[in-house]
Amino acid sequence: MMRDLIERLTQRYKLGAPVFQRADLTFVDLAANDQLRSLLLELRDREGFTHLVLLTAVDWLEEGRFQLTYMLNNRDANQTLALRVYLDREVAVGETIHDIWPTAETYQRELREMFGIDFPGSPRVDEEFILEGWTDLPPYRRDFDTLAYSQQTYRDRPGRETTDPRTHMKHKLYPEG
Amino acid sequence: MKDMDKSFKKDTETEFPLREELRPHQVTAPDGQVIEVDPLQDYFCQEPPKVHRKSYVRIVEDFYNWARAHSLWILGFGTGCGAIEMRPLMTPRFDAYRYGIQWRATPRQANLMVISGYLSVKTLKRAIRAYEQMPSPKYVVGLGSCTINGGMYWDSYNTIKRLDDYLPVDLYIAGCMPRPEALLAGFMDLKKLIRKGQGEGANKYAENFDWYKENQKAVIKDWDMPDYNW
Amino acid sequence: MNFEWIQIPYALWTLLIITVYALFIMAIMQKIGARVGGRYGIPVYQNYIDLVKNFALRSHITHGIMFYLGPVFRLTGGLGLILFVPTIYGSVMHQNFHYSGDLILALYFIFFGTLGMALGAGESGHPHAAIGVSRGLAQVTAAELPLALAVFSISLQYQTLNITEIVAAQQGSIFNWTLFTNPLAVLAAMFGFVGTMMRAPFDVFLAPQEIPTGPPTEYHSAYLALMQTNRVVFPVAKTIIYMNLFFGGATNWGAFALKVFALYFVSVLIGVVMPRFRVEQSIRFFLKWGLPVGILAILAV
Repeated sequence: MMRDLIERLTQRYKLGAPVFQRADLTFVDLAANDQLRSLLLELRDREGFTHLVLLTAVDWLEEGRFQLTYMLNNRDANQTLALRVYLDREVAVGETIHDIWPTAETYQRELREMFGIDFPGSPRVDEEFILEGWTDLPPYRRDFDTLAYSQQTYRDRPGRETTDPRTHMKHKLYPEG
Repeated sequence: MKDMDKSFKKDTETEFPLREELRPHQVTAPDGQVIEVDPLQDYFCQEPPKVHRKSYVRIVEDFYNWARAHSLWILGFGTGCGAIEMRPLMTPRFDAYRYGIQWRATPRQANLMVISGYLSVKTLKRAIRAYEQMPSPKYVVGLGSCTINGGMYWDSYNTIKRLDDYLPVDLYIAGCMPRPEALLAGFMDLKKLIRKGQGEGANKYAENFDWYKENQKAVIKDWDMPDYNW
Repeated sequence: MNFEWIQIPYALWTLLIITVYALFIMAIMQKIGARVGGRYGIPVYQNYIDLVKNFALRSHITHGIMFYLGPVFRLTGGLGLILFVPTIYGSVMHQNFHYSGDLILALYFIFFGTLGMALGAGESGHPHAAIGVSRGLAQVTAAELPLALAVFSISLQYQTLNITEIVAAQQGSIFNWTLFTNPLAVLAAMFGFVGTMMRAPFDVFLAPQEIPTGPPTEYHSAYLALMQTNRVVFPVAKTIIYMNLFFGGATNWGAFALKVFALYFVSVLIGVVMPRFRVEQSIRFFLKWGLPVGILAILAV
């Protein structure tokens, strides 16, 4: 079913090679960002993918781009389709879909705060979501060093020891070696 | 720490702007009168905390300490995952009410604040407010390794590592998470401390008020409340 | 009313006994509730320690004069109820300041504390307090209606407003009790009893799990200690009135302790088996079931 669907869609949309992760889970790239809205609308209204499971981002620092994943679910066919869209890391502006799925509003607020990806037009997108009074880099960006930030902000208590779990458990379970 | 990245520098320049509702503004009363309001000055009492002396008579203070020790009222404020360990304490399995430990719904009626687990900066702000509203003498118990040295959140950008930098902690209960038995044992130790007259955290807080405030303001960037919340 | 100075220490002595007994019985009732829930429950002396602890707290915050007076009014409601109602029938010592119209005064005192609480909690400025007070007043008013009707009914029945005379009329045999001579009035009054005992299922307005603790949200230390005292004394004082009006009064402390315990136990029993009602549910309950019984009680006399 998913193969047919992807084939049909590929005729009109610039889809990449699909990855059939599981029998009910498919990943596919969308190369053209301007086709996102029409593709999502078609999937929702014609193909029965009525539920937005999640909208999340991955920071590909080395490639200089963000990946947005729109995961849609078709309840009747028990199929999940994840659309992957790429944004330029320097610009980082996505298209808001809060009018297609109202839940996207919350996801977009989170992405705005945690990755710094802007969604112009999305309601309350510039308000604080989870963090309060955050002035640094968005913390989920990979060039934000959370360990260094925490060491520069919060004082350590001396005496903390760190052990490698593998060697520690090996030593504990088999002391003779 | 060996794997610290020296190239990353935290942004210490940017100031967080004051929230709009807390800036000085004008309010129009129902009768048309226009009132100038500076919320941070007008809505809150600005008085710093006082050091409360002990009772002059030794035996009276001892008697009071005995009563305080046997009537610990916990503020029902679950800050982290450790709050789940307090639920078995209320229910038949462990039943902390046997030992005079009760949970109260408001900080005004509580004496003991249990910081249950990790404390994010956002929660720390609320925890400070709640702590300062509690009547003295008040006690703080840090629950779990997250409050001691950060625990598994040792590299988190948003979680404090040492609770005693921000609040005067009387007792730590180690563990991740400590079991309810450990909590009960900790509360019994706290009782002993109080009976010995060592539960003077509120006075310690008042004496070192500037130091605590400095630490608190170093991590809470949007400090939009008075220095001491009555 | 023949006033003599010796009555004042006598009344204070009565008050002391009742307060100590009330703290004790409250702990027992909490323990019963805990045992029903499968818990061991608080020690029986826990309430005394809590009281001392609250007085021993060092910092006090005030929100104005009414904030001070709120707990005082509240306690006055409980203590006044005791002071103007004969506790032990036939005892010179524990007659208190009863006089010929004390039934009316008792009715007033039952409500007085709630009103004082409303003023004090309103002054504290906490929204939870204001919401709690309005919900509490609405519910207590609805619960008082059947009680007021029952009191009218028995004052018609005995042709007096003097509690001592009402008790006197019930002496002799158990079948002289109002419970048997005017069962409808007793039934109506019991609606008001369970409704104003500040126990489940009619305590949603001050339950810690609801809008946090309702009216006493801002109260702490010594204020809270006063209110705790009232919290234990007031139900016992109310129970004393019920005992006098409907269950033959008490001629000695033993009978007193037994009857108060039994009556108190009624509300506890209902409390442990019922979930809390919302305010509008309980108001509807009192108006639908309590009020007609009260009217019937008046008509039947």
